[in-house]
Amino acid sequence: MSRRSGWSRGGRLVGGLRTRLVVAFVVVALLSAVTSTALAYRDARTAVLQRTQNAAVNDLRERVTAVAADFDVPPDQRALSRFASKVSDGIGGRIVVARYQDLVAVSDSLADTEARITTGLRAAVRTGSGARFQRVTWRGEPYLAVGMPVTYADGDRRASGLEVFSITDLRAERDDTAALLDSVRSGVVPVVLLAAVLALLAARTVLRPVRELGRATRELAAGDLGSRVAVTGHDELADLARTFNDTADALQASDAELREQEAKARRFVADVSHELRTPLAAMTMVATVLDEDADQLPPDAARAARTVGAETARLSRLVEDLMEISRFDAGAVRLNAAETDLAEAVRASLALRGWTDRVRTDLAEGVRARVDRRRVDVIVANLVGNALRHGAPPVTVTLGTTVTEDGEWVTLEVADHGPGLPPGAGERVFDRFYKADAARTRGAADDSGQGSGLGTAIALENARLHGGTIDAGSGPEGGAVFTLRLPLRRTDDERRTDDDLWSDDRSTREDAE
Amino acid sequence: MPHVLLIEDDASVRDGMELVLRRHGYDVDTAATGEQALSLLDGPGGARVELAVLDLMLPGIDGFEVCRRIRARTATLPVIMLTARGDDRDIVTGLEAGADDYVVKPVTAPVLEARIRAALRRAEPSGPVRGTGPDPAGLVIDRAGLTVTKRGVQVALPPTELRLLLELSASPGRVFSREQLLASVWDHTFLGDSRIVDAAVGRLRAKLEDVPAKPRYVQTVRGFGYRFGPL
Repeated sequence: MSRRSGWSRGGRLVGGLRTRLVVAFVVVALLSAVTSTALAYRDARTAVLQRTQNAAVNDLRERVTAVAADFDVPPDQRALSRFASKVSDGIGGRIVVARYQDLVAVSDSLADTEARITTGLRAAVRTGSGARFQRVTWRGEPYLAVGMPVTYADGDRRASGLEVFSITDLRAERDDTAALLDSVRSGVVPVVLLAAVLALLAARTVLRPVRELGRATRELAAGDLGSRVAVTGHDELADLARTFNDTADALQASDAELREQEAKARRFVADVSHELRTPLAAMTMVATVLDEDADQLPPDAARAARTVGAETARLSRLVEDLMEISRFDAGAVRLNAAETDLAEAVRASLALRGWTDRVRTDLAEGVRARVDRRRVDVIVANLVGNALRHGAPPVTVTLGTTVTEDGEWVTLEVADHGPGLPPGAGERVFDRFYKADAARTRGAADDSGQGSGLGTAIALENARLHGGTIDAGSGPEGGAVFTLRLPLRRTDDERRTDDDLWSDDRSTREDAE
Repeated sequence: MPHVLLIEDDASVRDGMELVLRRHGYDVDTAATGEQALSLLDGPGGARVELAVLDLMLPGIDGFEVCRRIRARTATLPVIMLTARGDDRDIVTGLEAGADDYVVKPVTAPVLEARIRAALRRAEPSGPVRGTGPDPAGLVIDRAGLTVTKRGVQVALPPTELRLLLELSASPGRVFSREQLLASVWDHTFLGDSRIVDAAVGRLRAKLEDVPAKPRYVQTVRGFGYRFGPL
């Protein structure tokens, strides 16, 4: 189980749920802030300007009405100037321009009014009948120009030809609305920050259960079927957590059931093998009697007696191997390791079975390692026995050492010159009860009889028990080659062995005397 | 005519073994239970028994206990255990209980016989008579009389342990590998289990050494085997 980097504790930086949530929250906050600000600004500005305009128009109209009462038409320049000043005085000193045909009077003689009272406004006032106004920008500042024709008060309201304009400074209003913008602008930063914080909180409430679920899933995948997540709340994530727990429960239950069945099957094999031993022990004994007396029996009975003897021996071996394999399956095997001279051990194994003359050996001397001698003997017997049975002579056994990156190894190679293994059998040859095809037919039974079909499987288990392996392959000139590799351990670094079972003598000696 | 006591609860196995051993010239007594075997040994014919073949799986008191009780009665009767399991624990426990050797069922007649013969041979005198050199603790091995005394007191040793002591003390200071000892003391012509040696050494130390954990006579040479002395 490799941890995907995205699920590392810090979470993803880009494209992660947290980032996406924060971005979304901030965008939403900004959008709503900007939208509401824009609307509020527009409305506020309109309202302020509207009020100013109305006030300006009304002020001007009232003042003009009041002042125009004692104003004679046609006026001269002086009268017009006085009129303009009077109007201006009444409306808070705003600049007032009065026009009568070609005469123009300005309340503040220094003010430049031409740019602010446009020809458009003048034309509109001249042709229209009511007040007109226009917002203008002059020298970068906003102004409101209001103009109206002065009508006669009597009845028909004819235009008198007198037109009055006032200029209102709009800077205060502009500053008011600008202040609104400023306050909104300064408010946006906290709002965005707040949104981000909220997003992080939201992300946390989502991410924590998700991460928890991720952890539990990883543990489950790694084989810890007891891994569960805490369910909090009633949201969708809690549902998910509950579902996960239910799934894990189901998985654990079926796993336990499978294990139970497997254990039962194993126990059954072990029990059956065990039960077979007692009758076999009796049969083995009496078969000896039959064997010894076969020569005095009639030919048919003699053959039958010998067959009973041979098959009893074979059955014994099969039961023996079944017991051994069930011990491996149940994990009830122990390595009884001691420092061993491997060349000597191989020679002893061969001699014990009378194979010394049938096998070529090339054994490196002085290779000593901590091994379980009995188990090494089983491996050697199996590999050499197979080569003699299935392969063709000469069978060669080569002992040596190799150094790889993962340490020093003892290698034992058993090669024959038979047809070799069928293609693809390299793995399966270690399967239980694997029967090779006709290429490796069962030869005549030698003194070790037929294999039980479990030999290679047991040999491999024994090698693994030492932390080693057995590989099957083909030699350069055909023929099968089985290679045993065992770790070359000289010191007792792994476990206490039976050296220590009865003796607590801790003295060590470098070499034999 | 070696006299063998066969302790086995299964009638067929017992009959088969008895049949084979009788044919090969042994006198055989049989017992179906441990209790029966012990009362037979205590009886008038008990002294004739030269070797016991003992099944570990017995009804009533089990083989381990029978072995201990045999050892409590006589130090010198060789005991070969028959184990149906071949499990490490059984073997170790059996050897600690004082068995000299063990065979795993089903055992073939030639193997059983070879083990019986080897066990009986250990009870015979052998080797040159040789002292053990000066020893302040006063261990004296009489190779002719096959007796061992320590500070003047006789130490009762079963034949296997005695044979092991004789083998080791014949060449003081020489290191014997477990395999060598298996071949010379137990007469194993097959690949034996070196734990038999370790168990016998352990039992021997318990009887000879003043401090079995710090042995003076039978010393361990780690990675190689055992040696006698140097004192």
